[in-house]
Amino acid sequence: MTPAPVIELRNATKSYPGGVHALRGVNLTVQEGELLAVVGPSGSGKSTMLNIMGTLDKPTKGTVEVAGYDVSGLSDSRLSALRARHIGFVFQHFHLAAGRDAVDNVADGLLYAGVPLKERRRRAREALAGVRLDHRRSHTPNELSGGEKQRVAIARALVGSPRLLLADEPTGALDTASGELVMELLHELNASGTTVCVITHDNEIADSLPRRVRFRDGEIVSDTRSGVPLGPRTEGAGS
Amino acid sequence: MKNDLRPARLSPRDILRVGAVGLRARRARVVLSALGIAIGIATMVAVVGLSESSRADLMARLDRLGTNLLTAEAGQDATGQRIRLPENAVAMVERIGPVRHATATADIDARIRRSDVVPEERTAGVTAQAARIDLLSTLGGRVAKGSWLNPAGERLPVTVLGSVAAERLGITRTGETIMMNDTRVVVVGILQPLELVPTLDRVAMVGFPAAERHFGFDGHPTTVFERSTDASVEDVRAVLARTISPGSEGGIRVSRPSDALAAKAATDEGLTSLMLGLGAVALLVGGVGVANTMVISVLERRQEIGLRRSLGATRGAVRLQFLTESLLLSALGGATGALLGAAATYGFARVQGWTAVVPPWSLAGGLAATLLIGVVAGLYPAIRASRLHPTVALNAT
Repeated sequence: MTPAPVIELRNATKSYPGGVHALRGVNLTVQEGELLAVVGPSGSGKSTMLNIMGTLDKPTKGTVEVAGYDVSGLSDSRLSALRARHIGFVFQHFHLAAGRDAVDNVADGLLYAGVPLKERRRRAREALAGVRLDHRRSHTPNELSGGEKQRVAIARALVGSPRLLLADEPTGALDTASGELVMELLHELNASGTTVCVITHDNEIADSLPRRVRFRDGEIVSDTRSGVPLGPRTEGAGS
Repeated sequence: MKNDLRPARLSPRDILRVGAVGLRARRARVVLSALGIAIGIATMVAVVGLSESSRADLMARLDRLGTNLLTAEAGQDATGQRIRLPENAVAMVERIGPVRHATATADIDARIRRSDVVPEERTAGVTAQAARIDLLSTLGGRVAKGSWLNPAGERLPVTVLGSVAAERLGITRTGETIMMNDTRVVVVGILQPLELVPTLDRVAMVGFPAAERHFGFDGHPTTVFERSTDASVEDVRAVLARTISPGSEGGIRVSRPSDALAAKAATDEGLTSLMLGLGAVALLVGGVGVANTMVISVLERRQEIGLRRSLGATRGAVRLQFLTESLLLSALGGATGALLGAAATYGFARVQGWTAVVPPWSLAGGLAATLLIGVVAGLYPAIRASRLHPTVALNAT
């Protein structure tokens, strides 16, 4: 049996009242272990793509399957459970809780997966080590640089070992050096088996990734792969 | 297609932790909005505590003074004629079975002045009465200075002053003299306030024999006091007037002085209700404050809500988070208020010399009211928070 793709969009359409079409019949399959960029100018529908792939939003038409689940048939609470267990998010503006230290911020990534507090903190410390921030564990967000904040956010996204990591302009608010480190971490994460999807308007970043899905006006205009070998594609599908 | 997703339940501890996140981040606002609730609860707890303390004190005083004292006072008969009690009224009352003590006082016609240089028209607002020497023990009164009338003193031109009488005459120690009509009378004692019969506080008392000898008193008592066993007070009351003055019992007013004290406890209740009402209004305003804070909190924290949704929080989890926050906020106010109210009760009771009573039901009621307010105030904001669409929430500014 071939493993189920991590993301499968078939004829996904998202339109808003007033005839605005954010997505027009998008077909996209992302296999386990891929590292891809969804790239396009602002207004191209790539943010809508992120919301739909992340099950934060449902398409008005077409089907979306994430981690083997048909999203349209799931209630809000089941969708929430799906996000809690299988999807990690990294946002351009980090969305860290002010006044709480890095460990607590990362540990929140496991809160809704039903992991007890002690275990959450233990795994948060591990995840912080994974993004090379052990020395910043007890720092609050306003004591961290932008790059460090984004690494905390990445740790929060990966602490639950999701099958899919969605990064929305992860380097958009960072300087070049910090951005490079963040991209390096995403590559490492992918190398360890996680499917990573980076949403970006930055062609340079897109070109550094093995697969590039280009959007314009809600449609895929190109889907290219470079010769870079893809990560493991056949293991651990369907939990 | 798999369909095995079940959202995890948060442990109670996590629910509290998450609920407290918003409170820890905005302490000043938390204090201010909890303050409203605190004031309301403190008012209610203090009002109930003070009224209970004062009632308890009154009851203790009643217990000490006894509720078995009855007075029978000469009034007027049907034709408006002032009736006179028989000279042997006390002896007749003593013959009623359950009566243990009986004694009497009598109005006498004597004007009281501080000294003979004060013109006779200028009396001091003090009246003279003849008193039997067992009056003080029957009323349970105590002497503040000097001594009460004794068998020798009751025949002599000496007087014992009630506390107000002494004050009005400006007498602070025994041995001083006052004028009763044209007779110089020596003050031998000053009484402490008589709680059961405060009218005697304004009186200068002389013995019956002295009154007859010096002030033309005819020996007819005006008021008879008696104490019976507690169980038979009503029985004695029924026959008292008839026993004293058969035939003209309609002109005799029988009363139970302790009833006046008990009535005081009852009149306090009206004031207590009013104050409780004020406390309830304060509580209501506090609740509106909490609701307002929660609405603002939800507005400000849309991004956090969006993030939590992306981390896997269900709508129910978001609702529970803000409901918990609202409950914690009002519980904080409620607990502070209960403490303040209890402290106020203890402080005030101490100043008054009462034993402080804070009824547990007032604390429990305050807590229940607090939680109710927390739920009511938090429900609407919490529902609004849970209905925010995750993508809208994440992109909110």
